[in-house]
Amino acid sequence: MTGLFHSVLLIEEKCRGCTRCIKNCPTEAIRVRQGKARINAERCTDCGECIRTCDNHAKTAITDSLERLKDFKYTVALPAPALYGQFGPDVEPDRVLAALIDMGFDDVFEVARGADVATLVTREYLRQHREIRPMISAACPAVVRLIQVRFPALIDHLIPVDSPMTCAGKLAKENKSKELGIPPGDIGAFFITPCPAKVTWVREAVKRGFSSVDGAISIADVYGEISRRLASPASPAPRRRASGAGIGWGGSGGENAAVGLENYLVVDGIHSVIDVLEEVEVGRLADVDFIEAQACIGGCVGGALTVRNPFIAHVHLEKLAKRFADCPAFTAEEEEELTRRARAGHFDMRQDIAAVPAFRLDRDVSRAISKAEMIEKVVKDLPGLDCGSCGSPHCRALAEDIVQGFAVDTDCVFKLRDQVKVLAEQLFDLAKKNPSAMSAAGEPGEREG
Amino acid sequence: MRLECKVTGGDFQAAGEAAAKLKRTLRQVGIDAETARRAAIVAYEAEMNIVIHAFRGVLSVDISPESIEIVADDEGPGIPDIPLAMQEGYSTAPEHIREMGFGAGLGLPNMKRYSDEFHIDSTVGRGTNVRMVINLPSKGSLT
Repeated sequence: MTGLFHSVLLIEEKCRGCTRCIKNCPTEAIRVRQGKARINAERCTDCGECIRTCDNHAKTAITDSLERLKDFKYTVALPAPALYGQFGPDVEPDRVLAALIDMGFDDVFEVARGADVATLVTREYLRQHREIRPMISAACPAVVRLIQVRFPALIDHLIPVDSPMTCAGKLAKENKSKELGIPPGDIGAFFITPCPAKVTWVREAVKRGFSSVDGAISIADVYGEISRRLASPASPAPRRRASGAGIGWGGSGGENAAVGLENYLVVDGIHSVIDVLEEVEVGRLADVDFIEAQACIGGCVGGALTVRNPFIAHVHLEKLAKRFADCPAFTAEEEEELTRRARAGHFDMRQDIAAVPAFRLDRDVSRAISKAEMIEKVVKDLPGLDCGSCGSPHCRALAEDIVQGFAVDTDCVFKLRDQVKVLAEQLFDLAKKNPSAMSAAGEPGEREG
Repeated sequence: MRLECKVTGGDFQAAGEAAAKLKRTLRQVGIDAETARRAAIVAYEAEMNIVIHAFRGVLSVDISPESIEIVADDEGPGIPDIPLAMQEGYSTAPEHIREMGFGAGLGLPNMKRYSDEFHIDSTVGRGTNVRMVINLPSKGSLT
């Protein structure tokens, strides 16, 4: 469990030990113990639900600061499509890009353009692979992690195509390295991220070795500075190159609109995603070709690190997508080259996805079975109110924690009350018992007769 | 260990809960993803058959380190012609159920396809009993 990096973390002093987050966590990764929330690193998907639900703002996301730009000779900003949605519909993407340069980046490469690449590669993949249906988009890292943790049998259903962010990072580094004649390692590519799950994804990739993205900076952290710089750009505006469809990827439904399949399904919000995956797991929805699943309601514009109301931001994005609908993403030669590379596996990321058995009770199947059996017994004995006062999300989870030795049955306030009652009755019974030498007057000695 | 779930005929809102409960336990037991999925599909189809066709029934699952045994026992109309019912695409589900995406005539064939042992027994006017066994990959065969 140790060694796993997570962007989402708890600020101890702000946590009041309430039960909001444990109730809303889609992988039951949080427990309240000793008055503080604890996040199980193996189960956490960095979806950001706890950040959204915590009224005390005790959950936060670690992201990179602009300071990290100093670590590289040359830096490229990779703005998420969702970033465009944060500003009014009259704000040109070009101005947002110029503001990023003014903030200290040497260049920009739009992730919306990375999405154009991902669109092309995804289409190609679906054409080539018809044996498994439905296929599920792997663009949302929280959904990918959810599948690794909770639906390992569906890993084969993931489209193993690099996310728009990774595509953008790869191309940005390649292009710049060639253009400037410097090694790709000297180029720092920074994703301007709407969500903590991307931060985790980037850190994990960096840990594994060479990564096409070197850091992730929160949209919320740079929103103010971009807004201030929008009015008076100092740098000449870099040109938007992404297509409208690429920009549309930032909102739910955008990916499907870009890939353009007929039998598709769009689902957003991690709890709804789980419902759909449950169906796929039992063999349903096989008539659907492509599932676009995003952990956040509204898609990336609903990410925990965004600023604007996600529904407004979604409308902004759709307007942009429509406006630039006729701008082709690539020239014919570029498209040919990208397709060739797609077929050669240049944008394949299957090796990055393995099952994470975070719910397994024991490495040994026999022992795990007896533990599961004990859980059934323990849960029958719990009140079934699912109140969460024990610090586990519901009674069954407490039963699991008890069997695993992480909790005791008196963590349940009702069980505790029952035990206090038994104890009180015993006390009362004992108190009634008089030593025979003290038999009250008027009561004939019991031993007479 | 044994899990038992009551299933009510016609209750489409609760349909799938028994299979979901089984899936949770299989995740905890740490059964490999592919075997767990086969068990989940089999249990789900069996549960749905009770919901679609029967009045009531019980889905029970026995999990051991060697195998998963799933038994669906229902009180219902029974199946007059089992070989016909086993044919892919054959269904007696009414139109309103097909509109929900069920009753494609793949239930029984899928239950058979995904299990290593499949036994079906039915009495018209009484009910149907389906018993399926899925063997777990033995430690030796994994190497």
